[in-house]
Amino acid sequence: MITFYIAGTVAVLATIMVITRYNMIHALLYLVVSFLAIAIVFHVLGAPFMAALEVIVYAGAIVVLIIFVIMMLNLKQESVEQEKQWMSRKLLIGPVILSLILLAELVYIISGADTGSIEQPLLDAKAVGLSLYGPYVIGVELCGILLMSGIVGAYHLGRQKKKVVHRFLELQEK
Amino acid sequence: MKPIPVEAGLILAGILFMLGLISVLIRRNIIFMLISVEIMLNAAGLAFITAGARWVQADGQVMFIFILTMAAAEVSVGLALILQIYHQLKTLDSDAANKMHG
Repeated sequence: MITFYIAGTVAVLATIMVITRYNMIHALLYLVVSFLAIAIVFHVLGAPFMAALEVIVYAGAIVVLIIFVIMMLNLKQESVEQEKQWMSRKLLIGPVILSLILLAELVYIISGADTGSIEQPLLDAKAVGLSLYGPYVIGVELCGILLMSGIVGAYHLGRQKKKVVHRFLELQEK
Repeated sequence: MKPIPVEAGLILAGILFMLGLISVLIRRNIIFMLISVEIMLNAAGLAFITAGARWVQADGQVMFIFILTMAAAEVSVGLALILQIYHQLKTLDSDAANKMHG
């Protein structure tokens, strides 16, 4: 139980650090910490397989993908300065206050309800797999279609358009 | 080992979701907005896992796997779009992409 609260506090603090950093790489490193903390929360909640997936897919694949893109964009020190300029305190105050009001309402509603408590459930990967390929098999197929369209979309959008000029036209221009 | 109240898990998910929402609202850098959407999806997954652990059913974890798949597809397409925007406009400002040039 104490593990849950410590990991949750770490996750919240790391996420706050993510949203206040100006340097993108620093923010991504804090994001990895946040994902690892949430993985510990999953483990405490009795979902060890999901904790492993969280580390592998979120903290591994997705963050590495974003870091690759940042490396391809080749951002310099000016981008950090510009980020500082973009995040002015005046701009920040309205959305933060409104979101905090909504969060307070949410906490009030959740704490008012009688929801019970979690007592060491431990659902292993076998139960998840049986459910995934039993009643949820249509969802698995839809996920396959989604990933396929993701691959096609990423390839189509990420392609650099080369200028195609026929060699006779090139000769004429010279 | 004392049991964990469900409220704690749901409130943690709510706080994380709200932090992601705040970050989407206050940032102008388009990569940071994508990162914030990841934070929000992760918080939604945490709520599903908490609910699944409460009733000792595997459905919550199945939903988390679906969210994970969607996040992976979304981030790949989103990063391809960001690369295209950067090549066309030479900036990461999301306000610069408010005009469609034909």
